[in-house]
Parts: sequence; C-alpha cells; structure tokens
Amino acid sequence: MQWETVIGLEIHAQLATQSKIFSASPTTFGAEPNTQASLVDLGMPGVLPVLNEEAVRMACKFGLAIDAEIGARNVFARKNYFYPDLPKGYQISQMELPIVGKGFLDITLEDGTLKRVGITRAHLEEDAGKSLHEDFHGMSGIDLNRAGTPLLEIVSEPDIRSPKEAVAYAKAIHALVRYLGICDGNMAEGSLRCDCNVSVRPKGQAEFGTRAEIKNVNSFRFIEKAINHEVQRQIELIEDGGKVVQETRLYDPNKDQTRSMRSKEEANDYRYFPDPDLLPVVIEPSFLAAVRATLPELPTQKRERFQAAFGLSVYDASVLSASRELADYFEQVQQVSGDAKLAANWVMGELSSLLNKDGLEIEQSPVSAEQLGGMILRIKDNTISGKIAKMVFEALAAGEGATADEVIEKKGLKQVTDSGAIEKMLDEVLAANAEQVEQYRASDEAKRGKMFGFFVGQAMKASKGKANPGQVNELLKKKLEG
Amino acid sequence: MHSLTLAEIGRALAAKQFSAEELTRHLLDRIARLDPQLNAFISVTEELALGQAQAADARRAAGENGALLGAPIGHKDLFCTQGVLTSCGSKILGNFAAPYDATVVTKLASAGSVTLGKLNMDEFAMGSANESSHYGPVKNPWDASRVPGGSSGGSAAAVAARLLPAATGTDTGGSIRQPAAFTNLTGIKPTYGRVSRWGMIAYASSLDQGGPLARTAEDCALMLGAMAGFDAKDSTSVDQPLDDYLAALGQPLAGLRIGLPVEYFSAGLDARIADAVLACVEELKKLGATVKDISLPNMQHAIPAYYVIAPAEASSNLSRFDGVRFGYRCENPADLTDLYKRSRAEGFGAEVKRRIMVGTYALSAGYYDAYYLKAQKIRRLIKNDFVKAFEEVDLILGPTTPSAAWKLGENSNDPVAEYLQDIYTITANLAGIPGLSMPAGFVDGLPVGVQLLAPYFQEGRLLNVAHQYQQVSDWHKATPAGF
Repeated sequence: MQWETVIGLEIHAQLATQSKIFSASPTTFGAEPNTQASLVDLGMPGVLPVLNEEAVRMACKFGLAIDAEIGARNVFARKNYFYPDLPKGYQISQMELPIVGKGFLDITLEDGTLKRVGITRAHLEEDAGKSLHEDFHGMSGIDLNRAGTPLLEIVSEPDIRSPKEAVAYAKAIHALVRYLGICDGNMAEGSLRCDCNVSVRPKGQAEFGTRAEIKNVNSFRFIEKAINHEVQRQIELIEDGGKVVQETRLYDPNKDQTRSMRSKEEANDYRYFPDPDLLPVVIEPSFLAAVRATLPELPTQKRERFQAAFGLSVYDASVLSASRELADYFEQVQQVSGDAKLAANWVMGELSSLLNKDGLEIEQSPVSAEQLGGMILRIKDNTISGKIAKMVFEALAAGEGATADEVIEKKGLKQVTDSGAIEKMLDEVLAANAEQVEQYRASDEAKRGKMFGFFVGQAMKASKGKANPGQVNELLKKKLEG
Repeated sequence: MHSLTLAEIGRALAAKQFSAEELTRHLLDRIARLDPQLNAFISVTEELALGQAQAADARRAAGENGALLGAPIGHKDLFCTQGVLTSCGSKILGNFAAPYDATVVTKLASAGSVTLGKLNMDEFAMGSANESSHYGPVKNPWDASRVPGGSSGGSAAAVAARLLPAATGTDTGGSIRQPAAFTNLTGIKPTYGRVSRWGMIAYASSLDQGGPLARTAEDCALMLGAMAGFDAKDSTSVDQPLDDYLAALGQPLAGLRIGLPVEYFSAGLDARIADAVLACVEELKKLGATVKDISLPNMQHAIPAYYVIAPAEASSNLSRFDGVRFGYRCENPADLTDLYKRSRAEGFGAEVKRRIMVGTYALSAGYYDAYYLKAQKIRRLIKNDFVKAFEEVDLILGPTTPSAAWKLGENSNDPVAEYLQDIYTITANLAGIPGLSMPAGFVDGLPVGVQLLAPYFQEGRLLNVAHQYQQVSDWHKATPAGF
C-alpha cells in the first residue's frame, strides 16, 4: 500500500529578552546552577508574576511576520502539573486566547518549489527549570536558572508531508526568528526545541491517522531521522495488523529510535484556567504599529527581491536568504563585484564548502565579502580565469594576502592575454607533440573533438594555467585547422 | 496605654506622654500575660518590635511626626516578614522564615509602625471560625467558649483584647469583616487591587485583599492610608491615586442615600441582629441619610459560585507546597510521588485538603464549563447587581453576619453550615467592591456588626460613614471583660 505521512511541528523558541518573562532575573545561558533564580522564579509563597513587555513585543513581531492575527486581548492561563523543576506546580502559558492566531509560512522545497505551511497559533509561556540526574548519588538536582525564560510555542498545521519538508519548515522558522532578532536559534543550548506530531494514512484517504508526538527533537538532522524512524514504525505496525496508539514518544539519537513515554490515558489533566495573578494582555493598535515599523526585511521578501532584482532561481534565492548574515554577505559581494550570478555561484559554491569543511558560520568566514567581491572583479576583467580564481580564493582563505590583487601579484597569477605570447607558447606545444598533431589532422570531426581537449590541457599546463582559456581555444583551433 | 486607639497613641507619642519603647514593652508584657487565654499570636517578635520601637523613638526625637511612627501592630501570619516565621496557620509552612517582606509589611514598617507579632489564622485563610489553624483555635475575648470568626481570627482577638491597637488581615470571602463583627471591631476590605498582594500568601488570588482591623474607623483610615497604593510588583494592583482617608472622615452625611437590600433581611437572619442593624439605620437617618429598599437578586448564587472559584484558584495556588524547595517535607520519601503525596498529606489540614479537592475537581477536563465558567458568569451577574444598585444609592447597608459568634466546635463537622455564615460578605469579594464592618450593638453579650458596601475605590465613603456613626454611638468603645 502507498502511505502518506502527515506531520505537524510544535517549535519552542526561547525569546532573546534580557530578563525573564515574569521576573527581573537575567536569562543568560550557562550560569552556575540557581544563581539566576529570583524569589519569583523559585515560586516562593506570596510572590507574583509581572509580564515582561519585551516578550510581548517579540511575540507580536513573529505574528506580524507570519501574517497572523494578533490577539488584541490575549490571556495567560495556568497549566497545572507537579514536577520538581516546575516550582509553582503550574506553568504560566496561554490556552484559549493566544497572542498570535492563524498565520502561514512559505517554505522552499529541495526541488525549488514553494509550499505554504499553515501556522495554527503561537503563544507565550514560561520555560521550566532543569532536573540534573548525574552527580547526585541517586538523587536529582534542580537548576532553576532556566525557569521563567520566555518561550514562544509555534504550532503548525498538519500540512507537512515528509521528513524533508519538516526540516525545511523548521529551518524556515529558525531563519525567521533569527531575522526578527527574537531568538538566538542556538539549538545546542536548547534555544529552539521541536516536538513532532507524526501520523500516516493510506494515500488518498481524507481522515488523518492516529498520531504520536515525538518530544524534544533538538537538531535539524534529528528531526529528519526521528520522523523517518517513526513513520517506518507506524507503517510496519499497521501493515502487521496493529494499531497506532495516541501517545508521547521520546527520540533517542544514540539508538536512532523512538520509545513510548506516556499514553493518552496516562496524560495529565492540566486543568487550565486563566491566571488570576495576571490581567488579560490588551494589544493596542498603536503598539502593534510601532512593532510593525521595526520589522526588518523578512526571508520571503528578501528571496523575492533576489529573484526579481538579480534574476536568481527560487532555489538559489532561498538558499542565499536563509539567514540574514548570509544574505548580507551575498549582497555585499554582489555590490563590490557588480555581478549577482557570479557572486551567488561563489557564495553557494566555494565559500559554502569551505565553511562546511571547517564548520564555520558565515560571520566567521576567513574570506570577507569585500575580498571575494574584489576577486570576482578580476574574473570579470579577465585578469584571472575561473580556475586560477580558485587558487586565489584558497590563498585568501589561508591569509596569504589582503586582497585578490595582492595574491595575484605576489603569486604571478595574472592571466596571459597577449595573443603573440600565447601563439608562441602554442607553437612550442604543437612542435613538442607533432605526432598527435598528425593524428588530429588525419581524423574525422567526431574524433577531433575528443583530441582537441588534449592540446588545450597541454597548453594550459605549459602556461601554468595563466593563459586565457578563451584565447587558447580560439588560437589553437586556428593553428590545428591551418 | 493599651486602651488607647491608634490615633490617640499617635498623639500621645507626639506629646511625649510615653515612648514607643515603653508602649511596646507594656503590650509585649500584656501579650505574654493574656494571650495564653486567646492563642491569637503564632509568633511574638519581641526583638524586632523593640528594635523598631527604639528606631521610631529616635525618628521622633529627630523631629519626625508620622501618625503611625511607633504604632504597635501585628500581621496576620500570611504576610511575609523577612526572617520571621510566616506559617499561614499551616504545618506545611511550620519552618518557613520568609526571605522577604510583603509590600504591606514594608509600607507599614516605613511609616514607622512596630511589629509585635504574627497572628493566628485559619489555615491558608480557609475558614470562618479560626478553628482550622494548625496552631490551635483562637478564642473570642468576649466569650472564651466562642470563636472569634475567621480567617483573620488572631488579628481580631488580639485587637479586641487590647493586646494591639490594630492589625492587618485579609479578606477573601469576609475574613476581615466577619471577625471584626464577632469581636466588636471596625474592619475594612478595600476594593480589589487597592492593596498590594505582593508577599501576601495567596488563598484565592482573584478575591484576596489585605486590609486593617482596628477599634475605630479613624484607626482603619490611618492603617489603610499606609497599606494601600499602587505596587508594580502586583499586576492586579490598580494605578490610581490614593484618597486622603483621614480627610474624608469628617464629611457630613446629609443627603447620603443608603440602600437596604431586601435579600439581607430575609429568613436566616437572627431577628435581634436585624433590630440592631435597623437601629443603626435610624441613627444614620438622624445624621441626614435617606434610606430605601433595594434588591441584589443574584445574591443567592454567591456561595456556590464562591465555593467553586476560591477552591479552584486555591488548588493551583497551593501546588507550590510540595516539599521540594521549602516548608514541610515528609521523612524518608521512597520516591518523588511519595515525597509529594506524604509531604502534602501530612502538611495540610482537613479543610485545606477539602478545598484543594473541590477546586481540582471543578477545574477537571469535562467539568470546567459546568463549574468554573458558570461560577464566573454568576460572578459577573453579582457585579452587575451592585453596579445597578449604586446607580440609585451611595452606600449599601446590612448585617455583616446572620448570627453572632458561635461556640467553638459547633460547626466543625459541618463545613457547609460554616460556609453559609459568609452569605452577606462574600458578594463584595466576588464583585471586587469595598466593604466595612463596624460595631452596632450586642446580642446576649456578643457583638453585632453592620456591614457597609460602597462602589469601587470609595473606601473613603465607608470610613466616613462609620466614623460619623462612631461619633454618635458607643458600641465600639465597649471592652470585653478581663481585657
């Protein structure tokens, strides 16, 4: 049977506020345990929450960026359950009236097509603390530094149809929150965490299958692997005559498995009710207008501009607009070089593989946009060939020169474009390979094509790659025919 | 000294008739001598009190002259006081020295008041008799075999017995007004949001309000003036200027329109209390007030609505008492679930457990709409009743309680009977309006209270009417025998 996968993601983004959502404690990651936990974060008797306006502003930014309706009156509710790292015995969250309503995000798939993924809602809530199970000799330690860190929980519609689409969507959300400056996107530190709702159904069936929720999948790679694994598990289960049960599962990246955490029956009754310690949040139109005025150009707008202004493909434009830093880098290379296509090719090609190889972010690139743009200028004015350019690029990356011009000069890589010099060099090459010249001239058109490459290779070798390849081709053809 | 009111103490201190330290020592001595009969105090903070008294004397010597400078008070034991046991009347907080001061405590302390101790109360403010305290019941100074009312029973007993001139209390369903009525005091529950709840350990967050209990309306005005005001640390605190309550006291009552809700004078009310209330109305008429009957038709739904909303909020508010970070923890827990279950089972008393269970049930999936949401709708109806009534009258007047103080143990086995005692007070909490109880006579030697209700933020009007009444009546001056 043909199966269709249905996926919805719940992404928790830690908002990059200075202080916590309901207290004045700082939100810095990695401090000594419990040094960033105030009376409020500890849930001391008698303390009260006061909402951080910056968290509201950031949530509104996100809502505007996904074209969602902003809850003009949104309400915090208590989600009640007992856990040692949840100091009050309830989490302050939003239930019935979230701050961000229905919106959408367009994502670019690998084949370059666009897909619209619906976003059901996004709501503000506080993060819990952390339970530490090592180093306490059979007991658990509690670190409440994270307790009260603002989270935006972004819930997608079940519009996603493959693990790859899920990754593309997660990456798009990641890019968006970073563009907006509302989340640092650091997945290793838990700034962006993902729960995946996964079900399968026979292709063509309208109703959804029973879903399982995979909790806390914390890298793009794991999203793909965890969903892949879960889809296989569900299909095998059904094909063996079994039934998927609604449950929460945990992904174990070490074993590449998901395992059951709790069933629907074991699920908590969270007894949500409006938090009487907090008033409903009223978003005034003027507040929203002020937030709108601070919105930067967003990934979708940037992609569309790259397509329109530079004639890039959807795919290239999407890759280059995936992060603000990469887009800025590309635009600077484009500006210096005046050639968007070459700029795009170099950024997505040589530069990307260099960064990948060394595990660097674009901000850490050893070759600056200025340097790369300057180098492309030299390709364009025929000072160097594309092939030599790779050498120049590597030299720049290795810090062997401040500019492409300096590298070219120092290493004597300037392209030879003097026809006389090239002709002289070609004559020497042909003389040294007289036998092959004979054969060439005796051959038919089809064979000649193959043999021509040999002479070009010899000529470039003789010129140490510096001869202008166009001129070499042209003159060589003339000489061999003649 | 101990029979002086707060206002009189202020004047005497200003006139250097005695020092704050002398007064404090005198009252500490009285507390040591007399409180064993009453059990009004959970903690006596002698060291703190003497330090504050000496500081107040120094400030007076330096020329300061605040009305509360050197004034001895006590706090209901749910106001957090730094470094001092803040038990909430519960075993579960029996080892909890608060790490910070409640806003009310800070404000009164900076006005120069002297804290003599922390006062007994129903466990987590749940009760109308002060019998649910882990620290034992409080006795009514007017009759030691009777309850002082609750939940601010310790505050009421201490002030009535002249161990303190004034004390703080909190009122969630009548917990200031009802004990004030039972012990012949004046007590005011301000408008919801008028007094900061920061550091006031929550019972039902949307209903709780702090306020004073004292012997006169004037003293309540002094106390409330220091306690009230906007607090950025409490999101439900209202940012509105504070009225000058002392200045309001002197307003004449001519033209004051008083409404008598017919529902307050129906079956269930002790006829002798009704007579006392109507006698008070006659006095107010003589002062120029006009009187008319009004109706608050949704009052009958108030108790069921309250006993859904308050326990629902309490069930969540009390989740933090889990034995993990502070408070009571059971011995040798086998695992996490055992730690939770036994710490809470051993730490909470019966009434608290009952309300946690009721509230948990009311919020459960499938029951939320039928209970919690419906109760909120009733709450809105009750509020609308008041808004409508206040279009016709300036003040609503009635009995504070349907009966006078009952015997200790009388309602211990019948929680619903005790819940019904809150019938007249609970509506003000549901609506959020201010209410005051003042002495208006005696039935069989037991005090009777009259309740005044006013529109939002009209605390000044309540204190004004009570003060004017106290200029022409002596009930509030009566002292229980032996104190």
